[in-house]
Amino acid sequence: MTARHAIFALIPALMAAPVAAQSDSEVTEFTLDNGMQVLVREDHRAPVVVSQIWYRVGSSYEGRGNTGLSHLFEHMMFKGTEEYAEGEFSEIISREGGRLNAFTGRDFSAYFEIMAADRLPIALELEADRMANLQIDSEALSTEREVVLEERRLRTEDRPEGRFGERYAAIANPGTGYAHPIIGWADDVAGLTVDDLEGWYQQWYTPSNATLVVAGDVEPEAVYALAREYFGGIPARDVPVVHDPENLDPPGERRLIYRDEQARVPQLRMGYEVPSFATADAARDPYALLMLATILDGGDGARLAETLVRGSGVAAAAGAGYNPMVRLDGEFSLFGVPADGDVDAVEEALREEIGRLQRQTVSEEELERARSQLLADHLFELDSVFYQAMQLGMLETTGAGWETLGAFEENVRALTAEDLQAAAQRYLRPEMLTVGIMQPVDQGDEA
Amino acid sequence: MEADIQEWETESGSQVLFVERHELPIVDVRLAFDAGSARDDGQAGLARMTSNLLLEGTTERNAGEIAREFERYGARVSTDSGRDTGQVSLRALSEAERLDPVIDNMADVIANADFPGDAVDRVRQQMLLGLQQAQSSASSLAEKAFARAIYGDHPYAAPPGGTLESVEAIDRQAVVDFHRRYYTANNATIVIVGDLDRARAEAIAERLSAALPDGESPEPLPEVKLPETAQTVRLPFEAEQTHVIIGQPSVRQGSDAYYPLYLGNHILGGGGLTSILAERMREERGLSYSSSSRITSGARRGRFQMATQVRNDALGEALEVMRGSLGELRDQGPSAERLDASKRNITGSFPLQLDSNRDLLGYVTSIGFHDLPHDYLQRFVDRIDGLDGDDVQSALQTHLDPARSVTVLVGPEATINGVE
Repeated sequence: MTARHAIFALIPALMAAPVAAQSDSEVTEFTLDNGMQVLVREDHRAPVVVSQIWYRVGSSYEGRGNTGLSHLFEHMMFKGTEEYAEGEFSEIISREGGRLNAFTGRDFSAYFEIMAADRLPIALELEADRMANLQIDSEALSTEREVVLEERRLRTEDRPEGRFGERYAAIANPGTGYAHPIIGWADDVAGLTVDDLEGWYQQWYTPSNATLVVAGDVEPEAVYALAREYFGGIPARDVPVVHDPENLDPPGERRLIYRDEQARVPQLRMGYEVPSFATADAARDPYALLMLATILDGGDGARLAETLVRGSGVAAAAGAGYNPMVRLDGEFSLFGVPADGDVDAVEEALREEIGRLQRQTVSEEELERARSQLLADHLFELDSVFYQAMQLGMLETTGAGWETLGAFEENVRALTAEDLQAAAQRYLRPEMLTVGIMQPVDQGDEA
Repeated sequence: MEADIQEWETESGSQVLFVERHELPIVDVRLAFDAGSARDDGQAGLARMTSNLLLEGTTERNAGEIAREFERYGARVSTDSGRDTGQVSLRALSEAERLDPVIDNMADVIANADFPGDAVDRVRQQMLLGLQQAQSSASSLAEKAFARAIYGDHPYAAPPGGTLESVEAIDRQAVVDFHRRYYTANNATIVIVGDLDRARAEAIAERLSAALPDGESPEPLPEVKLPETAQTVRLPFEAEQTHVIIGQPSVRQGSDAYYPLYLGNHILGGGGLTSILAERMREERGLSYSSSSRITSGARRGRFQMATQVRNDALGEALEVMRGSLGELRDQGPSAERLDASKRNITGSFPLQLDSNRDLLGYVTSIGFHDLPHDYLQRFVDRIDGLDGDDVQSALQTHLDPARSVTVLVGPEATINGVE
């Protein structure tokens, strides 16, 4: 025992140095006169720059009948402006040795370029052009609609996991913008018009609704000057106020049993609706949930692998996760694949693990190990310039604010075993739970 | 910019490559063994099962104890295996107080893996479930059928994850023997990237290498025989789309033909949204979300492949566009504009490949394992820069013979039987 305590006592001291090296001062924030936000993260390891422009709009902003609009619009952003015809944007970036693409989430639409650091002006000029001057014509729309429907077939309709995931989300997020898929329902995508897309562009693609994140081998002042040069002339426009339901009553425990013709292996998903960085009343709650997920599934030494996979062996795989970087409430997720088809046994075992977190405080050893893992992983994330920029963009577009990053270490360190137990009791309650089971059609019929 | 790679050999005969990077207080360590599925010797899945079991126990400690001994220091360790290599990767904080115990743990686990019977049974069951699950994935079915068809009786033909029959039949002794035979000091390439000086890197490499047993270098792999005829493999699968792969074996690492083939592939379908396949299939016709091609090379011939997924009623048109695009490039060579644009992308994107320690680790591992020169990336760029359209065309003509081309179609029976 003595030796173990000696090692644990060392951990906080050892952790302090490296993590503190990542101070807030390495992110510099500017705001242009038209309201556009600019964040610069310096990383001089390689002569490379990542430029990402984030718009606060995504699938959760869509209403009935126009699901998939944000994503289809993202595709249309590659279809050309008056100055640069379709394909030219990509050709210019490619010829300059760069890579580009875009992604749409529930809370954001983002466009990025990765280039040699001295080519940043090229990326910014092109992004500014399509923020203001996009042309949307019906021919390009009808081709791109086909591309998106193919994407939907590929990711969702032709995959058992995709079909299951879409059904699960619809039940797990009652009454919110997270209930429908990011790519949209196929019928909605088929019905979207040029007017719908024009309207979306007018509403959301404006400087005051955008955050430019530049990370890499750059100087903040120089980026600021470039941002003013290219984006500064785009007129400011008001953005509609978004209304999302708040304070919904707990929906009650829900259960989805989905039988899939092509599935071969049963799967279990369980999710508790919990606060995010943006919606939490108490700032520490999301960190407590992160720690709880780490206690359960921080690695092969954590509880789920130890008890479900290796111990009783009811699960061939089991996991837990929680992403606090969402605009609305988030989900504390559990999943399991039964080792011999018995989904009920896996569900029971996962519920027992939640019960254990609620009944007993975690040991000092587990707490230190989870803390050590979270802080080390947080530091490891600095290796990817792209991910550094992603984090800033996600924190901004989900309403948490980029400064959240700087408070991470302090918040993780402050948590006690009692905090974790209290969070488990407060948030991991049956009335917030969705259980989803995917069964192969020829299995589990007796259930 | 070029990574400054230092190289030496340990007392026990492991090759070591090291790059100092002090910006972040982290260290990445990777051991790559010539222990991929190409060494399965008829028991498909054996290399993968050995890799999956590597951290599951020693004579002294069980899997949970081993894992927690990494986790308490915030270290991440993982194993994986492909056709050529079995690898163990570690990411850890660089302070000696946190790194040294983690390296000791890693050395002990790799060298003294004991493959407990219950762990063997559990991992076998996990692999079997994974294989069952993969039966409902059209892309996985297509990939396996393609490898089988292009590699014939070469060890590369078998899926690294094995088959339901082969995995079922692997017993503990086979795993023990595979580990003893291939996870040896002189069969290991040790790569270290991160916040260390040379002396500490040497100590780490010695510690890891000294723990490993001696062994004999494996026999070189057989050569890949090229397919003798063109063929189409059809696998029925109920879905709205048909998955398509078209291609053939390429060349091995270090082959001179790799450079013009790489450039040709970039123009055809390897260059993202601006390549010919993406333009014709996606942008112009809206036939698919993803249409691309890629070329790989390994210890033996890698592969060239074009891949897409299209709605069933458009399969015929898609095949025409894909085969037609490759044929056109082979018969006429690339246009001057496309050649220039691709060359500029490849040479200009050179710094992007080394911007993280993780990328650098992968790149240096490949240099070490395949005995490539330390300035491989710079040479690569220079070679690409020196190529013209005739070089590309003649490489395509020599190495991508339509008479040896394999097409794999995974989709509804009526659809896949309705096309050539």
